[in-house]
Amino acid sequence: MAISQTEVRYIAELARLQLSEAELAEYALQLSAVLDYAASLNALDLAGVPPTASVLALHTVLRADEARPAMERDALLANAAETAAGCFRVPPVLE
Amino acid sequence: MDVTGLSLSAAAALLRAGEVSSVQLTEAALERTAAADGKLHAFLHVDAAGAMLQARAADASFAAWRKNPAGGQPAAVAGLPLAIKDVLCAAGLPATAGSRILQGFIPPYDATAISRLRAAGAVFTGKTNTDEFAMGSSTENSGFGPTHNPVDLARVPGGSSGGSAAAVAARMAYGALGSDTGGSVRQPAALCGIVGLKPTYGRVSRYGLIAYGSSLDQVGPLARTVADVALLLGVIAGHDALDSTSLNEPVPDYAAALQTTSLSGLRVGVPAEYFAAGMQPEVEQAVRAALEQLRALGAVPRPVTLPHTAHALPTYYLIAPAEAAANLARFDGVRYGPRSAGSGLWEQVRGTRGAGFGPEVKRRIMLGTYALSAGYYDAFYLRAQQARTVIKRDFEAAFKDVDVLACATTPTTAFKLGEKVDDPLTMYLSDVFTLAVNLAGLPAISLPCGLDAGGLPIGLQLIGPVLSEVRLLQVAHAYEQAAGWQAPQLAV
Repeated sequence: MAISQTEVRYIAELARLQLSEAELAEYALQLSAVLDYAASLNALDLAGVPPTASVLALHTVLRADEARPAMERDALLANAAETAAGCFRVPPVLE
Repeated sequence: MDVTGLSLSAAAALLRAGEVSSVQLTEAALERTAAADGKLHAFLHVDAAGAMLQARAADASFAAWRKNPAGGQPAAVAGLPLAIKDVLCAAGLPATAGSRILQGFIPPYDATAISRLRAAGAVFTGKTNTDEFAMGSSTENSGFGPTHNPVDLARVPGGSSGGSAAAVAARMAYGALGSDTGGSVRQPAALCGIVGLKPTYGRVSRYGLIAYGSSLDQVGPLARTVADVALLLGVIAGHDALDSTSLNEPVPDYAAALQTTSLSGLRVGVPAEYFAAGMQPEVEQAVRAALEQLRALGAVPRPVTLPHTAHALPTYYLIAPAEAAANLARFDGVRYGPRSAGSGLWEQVRGTRGAGFGPEVKRRIMLGTYALSAGYYDAFYLRAQQARTVIKRDFEAAFKDVDVLACATTPTTAFKLGEKVDDPLTMYLSDVFTLAVNLAGLPAISLPCGLDAGGLPIGLQLIGPVLSEVRLLQVAHAYEQAAGWQAPQLAV
């Protein structure tokens, strides 16, 4: 199935990826090829087959509600591009 | 004596006997790395000073034990130089996951697999190269340049744990950790002529492993012998409260279990679908010869069928990118990594991600985002999860009749650098024999079973049911001892 560059642009926006015009053109072709290949799954009769999200039978486990030491704030902030007053700093989100 | 050629187990025995020191082993490993890694590029970061500190601490612990044996002897991996794939966090060492988006990131904490090795006294010489975020089969997708295969420098070492495999094969480390989402431990182990094990999903904690496909990822050991891999697995396996998918099951003594070497009556399934057209004939011949060797050891090979095998690749390439698209949303230049300039938050985030991620990572984020987006979720992602169920059921049915499955790890030996890099689908095919194991959450091991005419290593893959690591290691060890393959000739 062919994916248009408009669709690729929309997906890139959902993924917050800045792509060049050349990348948009390339990914339109490559995604189409991979999705064509993925369409081979349509040959399977999967009616009534439950989906597998995890191979484990996951269940929620609660730990004891006890205070424990956490990582140092300064150590966690040390990798950030910009910090202020013990917080990560970003440009305003709301104008 | 050149100690770099010893197996991890042999080096550990010499260390225990007091015939070598950890400082000697570590110096030798670092010298070998300095001499060979200019041509291989297995390491992204070498921490010589830190490794020497750890080595001296290990020697001190051996000295203390000799003085006072009642104080308990150091663990089996104490004092041994190991390499770490750069997708695992080790406190104070850079962690890039092979990506420029994490350039300069220094995690303040250890992954659980690392903290367990550290507590056991292991020495970490450095962080190894990987395809960016473990997405690839050749290390060519690394943001910092590819790794070369130590057997033939013009060829890839496999991937994504190609740096770890090359470091171990080239005798720069006695063992290494990798991660395996679709074959990323087993495939490079096969292509470099060493042993690599992908544990049962949940056997090893994923805490501190930079996530790619969370329902598929497992940390696994690489080393030059089956016994070495068993030793490493014994240290890193076990329940961890920091990983909600970690299995709360006892950890057997894997190394001790290898003393059982009889394969009498062992039912070995030979899946017809894993001897497919397009396989390099020498790979098929080597695997068939290995099956005869197993028969000579008392095993009983028999044909089995895994009818949905052909669907594993498309299933994987929907599920893994979908999980990756979600996992990689965190790389926004706010908490770690370089940040692009821009007016406003979203422009900065888009710019940071557009500049920081390489082509394959962007491709998979786009693919995963598409498969999860409104209108396509049912047609692609949900359908892939249903296909995952029938692929898993194939294995469950097969394991009613056999104890292990045996097949090739990869359809071909190591390919040339640049040969497949421009064609994603062809590259994806190099994992065609390893992907289904991750979808089903099973353990599997790759070990050497010969060389092709060009002297390139061939890997035999053994697959078992959930938590059958002991059985896999026993079968692999028995084969390894009987076959007696020598390490391949190195080009460095």
